[in-house]
Amino acid sequence: MSIIQPGFSQNPAESSANLRPALGLALVMLAICGGIYSAAVTGISGALFPQQANGSLISHNGKLVGSALVAQPFSAEHYFHGRPSSADNDPMATGGSNLAPSNPELRQRVAQTSAELTARYQVAATELPVDLLASSGSGVDPHISPAAAMLQLQRVAAARGMSPAQLEQLVQQHTELAQWGLFGQPRVNVLLLNLALDAQHPLS
Amino acid sequence: MEVILIFTLALLLAWPLGHYMTGVFSAGPHWSDKVFMPLENGIFKLLGVKSTQGMNWKSYGIAFLLSNLVLGIIAYLILLFQHVLPLNPNGIEGLSWDLALHTAVSFLTNTNQQHYSGQAQLTYLSQGFLIVTLQFVTPAMALAVCVAVLRGILGGRNADDAGEGEERDLGNYYQDTVRAVLRVMLPLAAVVAVALSSQGVPASYSASPTVPVLEQGQSLTEQTIPLGPVSAMVAIKQLGTNGGGWFGPNSSNPQENPTPVSNAIQTIALVLVPMAVVFMAGGMVRRRGFTLLSLSVMGFLSLLFIALAVYSEQQPNAAFTGLAQQAGNMEGKEVRLGTDVSALWATFTTQTSNGSVNAMHDSLNPLAGLVTRSGMLINGIWGGIGCGFVNFLVYVWLAVFIAGLMIGRTPEFFGRKLEKREISWLGVLLVLPSAVILTFTAITVTFPSLTGNSNPGLHGISQVFYEYTSAFANNGSGFEGLGDNTPWWNLTCVVVLILGRYLPLVIPLLIAGSLAKKRRVPTTAGTLPLFNPTFAVTLVTVILVVNFLSFLPSMVLGPIGEALELSQQSAVLAGQ
Repeated sequence: MSIIQPGFSQNPAESSANLRPALGLALVMLAICGGIYSAAVTGISGALFPQQANGSLISHNGKLVGSALVAQPFSAEHYFHGRPSSADNDPMATGGSNLAPSNPELRQRVAQTSAELTARYQVAATELPVDLLASSGSGVDPHISPAAAMLQLQRVAAARGMSPAQLEQLVQQHTELAQWGLFGQPRVNVLLLNLALDAQHPLS
Repeated sequence: MEVILIFTLALLLAWPLGHYMTGVFSAGPHWSDKVFMPLENGIFKLLGVKSTQGMNWKSYGIAFLLSNLVLGIIAYLILLFQHVLPLNPNGIEGLSWDLALHTAVSFLTNTNQQHYSGQAQLTYLSQGFLIVTLQFVTPAMALAVCVAVLRGILGGRNADDAGEGEERDLGNYYQDTVRAVLRVMLPLAAVVAVALSSQGVPASYSASPTVPVLEQGQSLTEQTIPLGPVSAMVAIKQLGTNGGGWFGPNSSNPQENPTPVSNAIQTIALVLVPMAVVFMAGGMVRRRGFTLLSLSVMGFLSLLFIALAVYSEQQPNAAFTGLAQQAGNMEGKEVRLGTDVSALWATFTTQTSNGSVNAMHDSLNPLAGLVTRSGMLINGIWGGIGCGFVNFLVYVWLAVFIAGLMIGRTPEFFGRKLEKREISWLGVLLVLPSAVILTFTAITVTFPSLTGNSNPGLHGISQVFYEYTSAFANNGSGFEGLGDNTPWWNLTCVVVLILGRYLPLVIPLLIAGSLAKKRRVPTTAGTLPLFNPTFAVTLVTVILVVNFLSFLPSMVLGPIGEALELSQQSAVLAGQ
């Protein structure tokens, strides 16, 4: 069987050194991939998943309070605190520390955080959950590990005048386990937890 | 566990996809013709291309280079003038000429190395329109070249009628490219994009809302939540071994990769087509053994590297010794993902020339740093779409040549002799990576004012070495701490990108064209059998030895030296 067509060209100049197909390919692809594909996929996603497609924004009493996917800075006693951020929690300037394990600057930063945390929570340094000392890749990681939430339990409960047991229940409600039972690590969304705290146990 | 589950799922999905791609690129009718033929014929009419007309290797190569040149010029102009073009609701400025040039070439070469920060420096037109297009077209072009090379192995499409020394028909470049986009990349990307949006990846043309933060009285009082047609781009950046993300920190950003499920989808998308090409290759040359050989060699090296990287990141970061719990290295990683899938991604993304990240590679432990660089230097374990398999084929040719020398026979590949002309060109491909990468690394390291390092000592050398390796391998991942938006970095990387993209695609095309013309020698008892464990082991050895010889000294100065430094440091700290 031969699929060779009568037009098979032996001469490169004849078939390829021609700008029209090259230019045409670029323009057609810009229209199809950049135009039609992007618009269609964006439209369909927005129609099927309006909440997720528009930034997973959270409203509280009718006004926007943030995005469930973007960490906010917390430093008050009555809130749970998130991970260290190398981007000051600014979602327009996201990024990690980019410090190598061998960098003395990293050692220095971790030592400082470690000293602060051991003083605040009165525990040995070797009991501090790593995620509270390591800065995230994005600088807006919205989650902390359950252990990191548990470490903060006493402090937040005291500041809110709640019993630790009551607060522990709330933390557990906000602990997400592996998704579909298969993927990911157990985690707590700090912003959602703090919003729930404000709603259920407002500061008097 | 999760890592094995994701690997297995990717392989299981790549199998039918590879079978489908064999059908798409083989001569003769295929069921997908019914769906796509009318649109394709319209496009070919517009282009003035007779899609049935075959090309020899020279025509094919010229068409490939010319279409790249035209696309590159268009891309450069759009990036340079993005601030006066439409779709710029956030009032973003134009790029400097050298940054625009680097960005255009970087996306044109399927590298997606970024010296800018996505959400702040590119308009919706540049990201959602131009870059998305390049992310579809450039892997399709490389896939086309790969398909042409595979056709050459069996003597071209006119193998039955052409005599010895006659030009061979390797297919029509425009037909192959358009089919690769329409029949392979587009349907896959559409499915993945919508799936990602269901997990929270933004898909919107609205301007970004600004929201006051909950706890006031701190340095940051409000946040602007970035939006845009993000999921459309993220889907193709993963599927097309592109890697250039919407956001600066790529898929570690929770808006780009919101959940563990989105992470699994993106990880599978990352290796899906490169794995499928392996299945397709066996189909195209009508030898199942070829797929089995490639799959076992690549699979072995891939799993070996994954195991090393996962182990590496489960170890504590040396800077945390005594300051926190003994647990995995979480610096630069996200809590929802953890260390294992971050290490898996880091391995895949450097093996496939993708270059997207879901954790910061700068902060990986040294062993994982070694794995990522090895993946890029080999550049043929799965590899970038099309170009990865072509690189692998080059290793196969080399192994055939070396094995031929060892048993004292003229090396043959699919019944055609590898002779002086082919071997000389293989030699060029062999020295090219070390010549380019090491030369530029040496020059840059010699002048510290050029480097813009964020890390001192040996890791500083690693950063420079990584950047050029990533450019040459058309990978695009980076040690992001490097201050790389300078004319020096932009222009030298442009040179490295172009050398790393076009020579490793065009030279194998030449070799395939030259092999195809030769007379077939009959298989005899003396023919070196390719599809058996002995040759697979030879091939693995060749791959490792070639790269070991080229890059051992630079590895010692980089990650190996760092590891030694760190273990010494830890010992001192533990003794305190």
